Amino acid sequence: MEFITVSLLNGLSYGLLLFMLSSGLTLIFSMMGVLNFAHASFYMLGAYFGYTVSQTIGYAPGLILAPLAVGVLGALFEKYCLRRVHHFGHVPELLITFGLSYLILEIVQLVWGRSAMDYRKPEWLDFPAFSIFGTQFPAYRLFTMGVALVMLAALWLLLKKTRIGLVIQAALTHPQAVESLGHNVPRVFMLVFGGGAALAGLAGAVGGAQFVTEPAMAASVGSIIFVVVVVGGMGSLPGAFVASLLIGLMDAFAVGSDRSLADALRFFGMVVNEATFGWVVLKVKISQVAAILPYLLLVLILIFRPRGLLGTREG
Amino acid sequence: MSARHYEFKPYNIGRWLVWSLFALVLLVAPVVFTSSLSHTMLSQMGIAIIVCLAYNMLLGQGGMLSFGHAVYSGMGSFLAIHTLNAVGKGAFDLPVSLIPLVGGMAGLAFALLLGWVTTKKAATPFAMITLGVGELVWAMSLMFPEFFGGEGGISGNRVTGSKPFGITFGPQIQLYYLIAVYTFVCTALMFAFTRTPLGRILNAVRDNPERVEFVGYDTQKVRFFAFCISGFFAGISGGLGALNFEIVTSEVVGAARSGAYLLFVFLGGATFFFGPILGAILMVLAFVLLSELTKAWLLYLGLVFLFMVMYAPGGIASLIMMNLRVAAFGRLRTLWVSYLGLGLTFLVVLLGAGAMIEMTYHLQINAAMGDQVKYLGIPLHARGLNSWFGSLFVVLTGFGLFELMRRQFAIQWGEIQTEIEKEIKRRETA
Repeated sequence: MEFITVSLLNGLSYGLLLFMLSSGLTLIFSMMGVLNFAHASFYMLGAYFGYTVSQTIGYAPGLILAPLAVGVLGALFEKYCLRRVHHFGHVPELLITFGLSYLILEIVQLVWGRSAMDYRKPEWLDFPAFSIFGTQFPAYRLFTMGVALVMLAALWLLLKKTRIGLVIQAALTHPQAVESLGHNVPRVFMLVFGGGAALAGLAGAVGGAQFVTEPAMAASVGSIIFVVVVVGGMGSLPGAFVASLLIGLMDAFAVGSDRSLADALRFFGMVVNEATFGWVVLKVKISQVAAILPYLLLVLILIFRPRGLLGTREG
Repeated sequence: MSARHYEFKPYNIGRWLVWSLFALVLLVAPVVFTSSLSHTMLSQMGIAIIVCLAYNMLLGQGGMLSFGHAVYSGMGSFLAIHTLNAVGKGAFDLPVSLIPLVGGMAGLAFALLLGWVTTKKAATPFAMITLGVGELVWAMSLMFPEFFGGEGGISGNRVTGSKPFGITFGPQIQLYYLIAVYTFVCTALMFAFTRTPLGRILNAVRDNPERVEFVGYDTQKVRFFAFCISGFFAGISGGLGALNFEIVTSEVVGAARSGAYLLFVFLGGATFFFGPILGAILMVLAFVLLSELTKAWLLYLGLVFLFMVMYAPGGIASLIMMNLRVAAFGRLRTLWVSYLGLGLTFLVVLLGAGAMIEMTYHLQINAAMGDQVKYLGIPLHARGLNSWFGSLFVVLTGFGLFELMRRQFAIQWGEIQTEIEKEIKRRETA
């Protein structure tokens, strides 16, 4: 029971952080059809900006300034680079964001160095919120989860209930019609890209203090959020939410469990030891497999449900 | 319908000439560049050429952007080195010269297995899935140290087994010629592939998949076949790599390696068959020489890549072909002044920007060694205002002049292109 509760909480908090990241990616993809390879790099930038602001002004202003700065950078990139290659097709769009991810990584190492930053949670959030079965649950994680949920609600309201949201949704399906109604569609796209980048920046500013702020942080989540987007269904925001939670929970449960396939076979009364065929695979513990589980899920989803969990179209 | 260009019959002399030249270059290169460093680099170039061409079979010919192609070359490497070790132990007899084929079969087998899932989708989802599959294999390589050798990797010894004609492959030059033979044969085979019906329909799948479906082909199957063939050649290159380095670590299946393939194939030029060959040569030069020259080489590489995607999406090969076209119409002479100006002003920008980048890197990495930076023989002071202002001034001046030259050049280039178009029209009607 203790294991299940603690893993559930950890999984939820990790899953919500993943959602903060993948929501921006999904937003950009569903609106513009661009897969932003540099999305995790914007997350990293957010963490570094948040760190710098927290060193000079304080933690709380960083939560606003860092996403803003990342969002402006994202919008500028869209205006001056991405828009140029738009008419070449989707592959060059993907390539230019791939190049950007290289560049951001190098610039981060150039400006902040290669070692991990000392980005700490603020003192007013550095206490255990409650304890279950003797395990203390840090308040900061609760804060992260809260930020993610507020973001989800705000995003939903923005897209469904406001005028700008209507324009964005219309620009997705009928760009010409929206343009002829007098809306500046390229500027809408710039705002969407900047907004998506800002969401990643917010996730970075919050997540950087919870995890480690280092140059490798982009690569460590980068491929996971792509898995989230494919598993949830390309361009589906609810799908991204479900898939984030699923992967977060799966990861938390797998990391905490110490069993292996060999144990499972023994449970059924089979004799399993080093001489058994396939011992190399059987002896691997689930906690060791945790790193590949999201990718296995990706492969399985592609085989059995190619459009993703909540996706509507075959991509 | 008339042929768009003149062809020699019954022999295509142009093609014979190009391929003989290619063989000659492969043959003569180690005689011209005799140092051991250049022999190692030439061997690596041969290996890189095969894998880059294999990669371009997906990117350039099939429009499939893969972020995980190192999986197939890497698995080829691992299977090859395990085979090499088995031969060394006398488990079975296989000439060392055939071991790259084992790598190729391994690449093919993994492409059959993983490619079936990967090629279910095209375009952007395809790219994401290749990334996921690449990460899957990379994570697995850390889980099974028995096969992947863990941190230290798996080492082998290529001097083993039977020695026909006294060739042991011990000396680098002997191995180079083995690699050269493989490079030539594989390049020829991959070129031949572009002329097969499958190669042609692959181009059609890239350009208009919907129409291909209507004609009655299964686009997924076409992508799958191409993926498998590409995996086979990548595996051969991996096997050659295993023989060349005699050690295989798990980084050969990593995302950084896959990314490098993508980057350099694109820089070389994915739209022409010979583009990836240029890309492969650049890749080895960058990894061996540029990384020695400056710590900031990845930054320069990223910048070059970004500008290439924006301004010359056909890569270096397309730049060469465009200038060849201008030359064919006898207009290249009028452009050389502009090229000289562009080159010189760009050098000025590079000089200033390079100084600033190197100073920042110095502050980040070697700060303990004092503030002096040697930059092209000039001592710069990394914390000195003079050095920073000087570099900034150089950059701004260079950029201003470059922009002036570029505008001039763009106008001139446009004029020449319209003239060439007119000339082509005139010849067609004549």
